Amino acid sequence: MIWVDAVLQGVLVGGLYALFACGLSLMFGVMRIVNLAHGDFAVLAAFLAYSLISASGVNLLYAALLTVPVFAGFGYLVQRGLLNRAISSGPLPPLLATFGLSVVIQNSLLQGYTADSRALDPGRIGTASLRLSGQISLSYLELLILGLAVLVLGGLELYLRRNRTGRMLRAAADDRDAASLVGGDPRHLYGVATAIAFGTLALAGLLFAARSSVAPSSGPSELLFGFEAVVIGGLGSLWGTLLGGIALGIAQNVAGQADPAYTLLAGHLLFLLVLILRPEGLLPRRSVTA
Amino acid sequence: MSAVQQGPAVERGGRPARYTAGGGVVLVAALAYLPYLVDTGVTQAMVVFFYLAAMALMWNLLAGYAGLVSVGQQAYVGLGAYAVLQFSNWGVAPFLGVWLAALACAVIALPTSFAAFRLRADYFAVGTWAIAEVYHLLVIQDSSLGGGSGSALTTLSGIDPVLRDAETYWTALAVAAVCVLGCFLLLRGRVGLALTAIRDDETAAGSAGVRVGPAKRTVYLAAAAGCGAAGGVVIVSQLNVAPDSAFSVQWSASMIFIVLLGGIGTLEGPLLGAALFTVVQQYFGADGAWYLIVLGAACVPVAVWLPRGLWGVVARATPLRVFPLARRVRAASPTAAGPGR
Repeated sequence: MIWVDAVLQGVLVGGLYALFACGLSLMFGVMRIVNLAHGDFAVLAAFLAYSLISASGVNLLYAALLTVPVFAGFGYLVQRGLLNRAISSGPLPPLLATFGLSVVIQNSLLQGYTADSRALDPGRIGTASLRLSGQISLSYLELLILGLAVLVLGGLELYLRRNRTGRMLRAAADDRDAASLVGGDPRHLYGVATAIAFGTLALAGLLFAARSSVAPSSGPSELLFGFEAVVIGGLGSLWGTLLGGIALGIAQNVAGQADPAYTLLAGHLLFLLVLILRPEGLLPRRSVTA
Repeated sequence: MSAVQQGPAVERGGRPARYTAGGGVVLVAALAYLPYLVDTGVTQAMVVFFYLAAMALMWNLLAGYAGLVSVGQQAYVGLGAYAVLQFSNWGVAPFLGVWLAALACAVIALPTSFAAFRLRADYFAVGTWAIAEVYHLLVIQDSSLGGGSGSALTTLSGIDPVLRDAETYWTALAVAAVCVLGCFLLLRGRVGLALTAIRDDETAAGSAGVRVGPAKRTVYLAAAAGCGAAGGVVIVSQLNVAPDSAFSVQWSASMIFIVLLGGIGTLEGPLLGAALFTVVQQYFGADGAWYLIVLGAACVPVAVWLPRGLWGVVARATPLRVFPLARRVRAASPTAAGPGR
């Protein structure tokens, strides 16, 4: 029974990995930017929400309703003000720029909040759980997180298919110059892609902190999980990313059940195995990003 | 246009190459004599410069010439350090172990490259990082190497510290010199020509008969060996190793920063960048987080406004080239000579 439980917990955390990873996939697909500060921005969002909650006493829901749009706007500005300039001279400058941001965020958080990890209190929902049997119970919070992840991924998929700007984003992903010929300003579209990425990573950062905790140094490992979810699922497919996140979560939880020392190793090995045996991923490209 | 005696000729080397070769030998000899002249504070700082320069040259070889942008070279820094430890446990002297570590890293890099090369250009970066984490976590599992807390290199602790520092310095100097020479010879040879073609257009190079895969794999193995030797110098100079710092992504961060600050795609740039980085680290490294915040913040303007790095500024302003890698077309009329690729 503990194995069934490990698989179910893996599925639940996999949704969060996918929610975090979809922005990574979007930024890469549309702009070919590998945002090395993706995890650190998520941690930054969680810490800012932590300060907001402890300063004003609002609950997590209101903190999220404030943090997510602020981060989306922030993402738009980062893209327009910084990354758009960097991508004009090849793929390396944006890599260096996001790497620099990652170092700055990590060390600023270290200065401001010490190296301790912090958790966000989700309220009563944090302790309630759905008891399936004697040994298996699913936390309502984690079920809610999985539901949110599916909702966001589905909404994003719809946006990219149906909305005019969303379709333009896909056009810009395929061919930047052709997209600007039919009226899409790439600088604005790139800003929108980064805004979506930052909004989703802020939400994921808050949820990471609510289900367990985050420390100033946890950004890079979250980035790795997100990246692995994208590759396992298959580049350019949002539902693939969800599947990849779930596969990663199951591998980590089942191996961790056997021996906690193998938790991370199992995830990385699954990633390498997929890379070698099925480099196109579990659900190869059908839609969206490249 | 009058009295043209011969057509344009493509040349490389010539007088600058002789200066570089002669100057290089004199410089290495002078540097080798340094431990007799200065105190250990200086030689220890030079050791840091040598291993950083070696790592940066290797990262430059990958990213600047083969288009392989890696964030996972700390895999080979860590494996190199642990290889020295393992060889030392088997009774091999650490100063010899550094060279064996380079070899071991090249051997490990061969199967690794088959997994890593599955990833397309930009995703390669994070993929190599995941691979580095795998090696990190595997080393932690091995309790004979000290597990998660690391281990000391005890075989060197019996040696007189002055002699040990000097030998460390000479090993570091030799590693850096071999890396410079290796890069130079590799890039001047067939592989260098293949890489230039690949950099300009991978598909076209392939269809013109360049064996793209083997050329990239050669560079990947060479870079693994160089970083392995540099990692070996790190453990020899610090006398202990811990997995979290040996496999820290900070190594790749330093390599990226040095190469992009100095100037990617040149051999002069990484050396210039490593010298600057070492000086900054010596003076401000003790400030911890603030030092890193400033360093990280410095990456952003460099990325945006100086994509060719500091050496790019020098190369644009002067005809100075230390390493004659580029071919120049010398036209028959003496005024028409210009730098070429």
